[in-house]
Amino acid sequence: MNPLLEVRGVTMRFGGLVAVSDLSFEVTPGHAHGIIGPNGAGKTTAFNIITGLYTPTAGDVLFRGESIAGQRPSNIARRGIARTFQNIRLFRDLTVLDNVRVAHDAHARYSWPGAMVQLPSARRAEKETIAICLDMLEKFGLGDVAYERAGDLPYGSQRRLEIARAMALQPQLLLLDEPAAGMNSAETLKLVEFLGWLRDHFSVTMLLIEHHMQLVMTFCDRITVLDFGKTIAEGTAAEVRSNPKVIEAYLGPEDGHE
Amino acid sequence: MTRWFRQPPPRGVLLTLLAAGLAACFVIEQFGLVDDYVRFVLITLGINIILCVSLNLVNGWMGEFSVGHAGFMALGAYLSACVSVKWLAWGDPLWMFPLAVIGGGLMAGAVGFLLGLLSFKTRGDYLAIITLAFLMIVKSGLENIPYVGGARGFLGIGNHTTLLWTAIWTALTLWAIRNLVYSRFGRGIVAVREDEIAANAMGVDTRKAKLAAFVVSSFFGGVAGALFAHQLQFINPGVFDIVKSTEILVMVYLGGVGSLAGSILGATVFTFLSQVLQPLGTWRMVILPLILVLLMLFRPRGIMGMREFPWFVPRREFPAKEDKK
Repeated sequence: MNPLLEVRGVTMRFGGLVAVSDLSFEVTPGHAHGIIGPNGAGKTTAFNIITGLYTPTAGDVLFRGESIAGQRPSNIARRGIARTFQNIRLFRDLTVLDNVRVAHDAHARYSWPGAMVQLPSARRAEKETIAICLDMLEKFGLGDVAYERAGDLPYGSQRRLEIARAMALQPQLLLLDEPAAGMNSAETLKLVEFLGWLRDHFSVTMLLIEHHMQLVMTFCDRITVLDFGKTIAEGTAAEVRSNPKVIEAYLGPEDGHE
Repeated sequence: MTRWFRQPPPRGVLLTLLAAGLAACFVIEQFGLVDDYVRFVLITLGINIILCVSLNLVNGWMGEFSVGHAGFMALGAYLSACVSVKWLAWGDPLWMFPLAVIGGGLMAGAVGFLLGLLSFKTRGDYLAIITLAFLMIVKSGLENIPYVGGARGFLGIGNHTTLLWTAIWTALTLWAIRNLVYSRFGRGIVAVREDEIAANAMGVDTRKAKLAAFVVSSFFGGVAGALFAHQLQFINPGVFDIVKSTEILVMVYLGGVGSLAGSILGATVFTFLSQVLQPLGTWRMVILPLILVLLMLFRPRGIMGMREFPWFVPRREFPAKEDKK
């Protein structure tokens, strides 16, 4: 099967700092692909390159076989890549419903003059959007708080809303930046269940950054391990776990410990 | 955006009120029920509401800081005056005046498009400086065009801005901006203001949203200018200076950013306060800014900041009745 996303020899330099160096990996459609690595390994930088926040210094990113490196983030989003953020970035002053609507609006067709004079097509599109988004919130267990201010939700619900918002974009690829951040192991277990439901229900391919090893090892079909901006290992959970380079990156060289 | 109540207004109330209001304007005008001074203040109020709600689109909903609104007013005022005095002077005001007003709006909207393009690269303080420069260019430019009277001003404009026309344009402006704000474009500009990175990641085209907001805002600024010109019957470039822009800013931040009701409230309070404080002379311009300072200290988003009177919210935005509690 052709890969959904291909990262080809991507390098990202910030002045003298090389955040990502010659990074390459592929994401197979239908897979949950994990990116792990110690702090500062370049995981979030890789996400920011894929979603267009950064233009890579060298290399290319292909989505469904087309180059997307350096395109505007809004274009990449509308092509079918949605994401969440490490530190939740909701539109806090908007209602929960409006948060989801902003993402769903990306596919609405009506023009702004049409909206201004309330053409029937624009009105219909608005009503459909509301119905679809309310339905979406219902699925994510946020139906009851649809008209609340997003910033007023408890932390866990905000995380869920961020994923719901990303899914309203109807993406083929969902990028999750540390979805288990700030969760205890019981909550993480629930999250694994939730992510499984998400994948089956929306049949979306996932690429996720996570520090929580248990989550990555049980949930991901394939894992890429980064250290110092380079890929040091790639494979299934079992393969990665037994890779000496990975053990070294996480625990330090053996002689350093004894 | 948070709202006062969860309940939409009863059906048809707003339309009935609007029809009654327009009828009242017509009757008052036809039978001369109010004296010239009251009529003048009411027309000024309408123009101020248009100015306030249109600037609010850029400074409130979008969260940018434009100080150039008087410049768009000037463009609308001068172009409409050219239409009604020079180009279509032979026409019946009944169709010629609306045409002049729309022409003024289009002129301002076209220039607003260019300013919108500049807003891609610059924002915040820098955009404020650019709009200030724009304001100075418009004023100095008009002073140097003899065709429109130069610095002496444009004389002999017909008194076409009736109470009814003002009411119609005010209602039209509020309706159009409400529709825009409660559409994907309105949500887009608010999302950009809240968090531009997240908005882009959700597919919001910042450029398109900003352009739409700038064009619409300046179009209605031009409309207000056209009404203003045909109210005063005499305009000169000096009228459209930074003080005029500041007055509109005071209305926006007094009434409340990102709110239609706030815009109406701000324009109303400002219009009547400036009349009441008239006897104080120049002290007026000490008291009004002072109110603004106090407001910024205690209520930085204005009286109605980011809140809306439910009657101005489209019915579809309310939770459905059968929603479980």
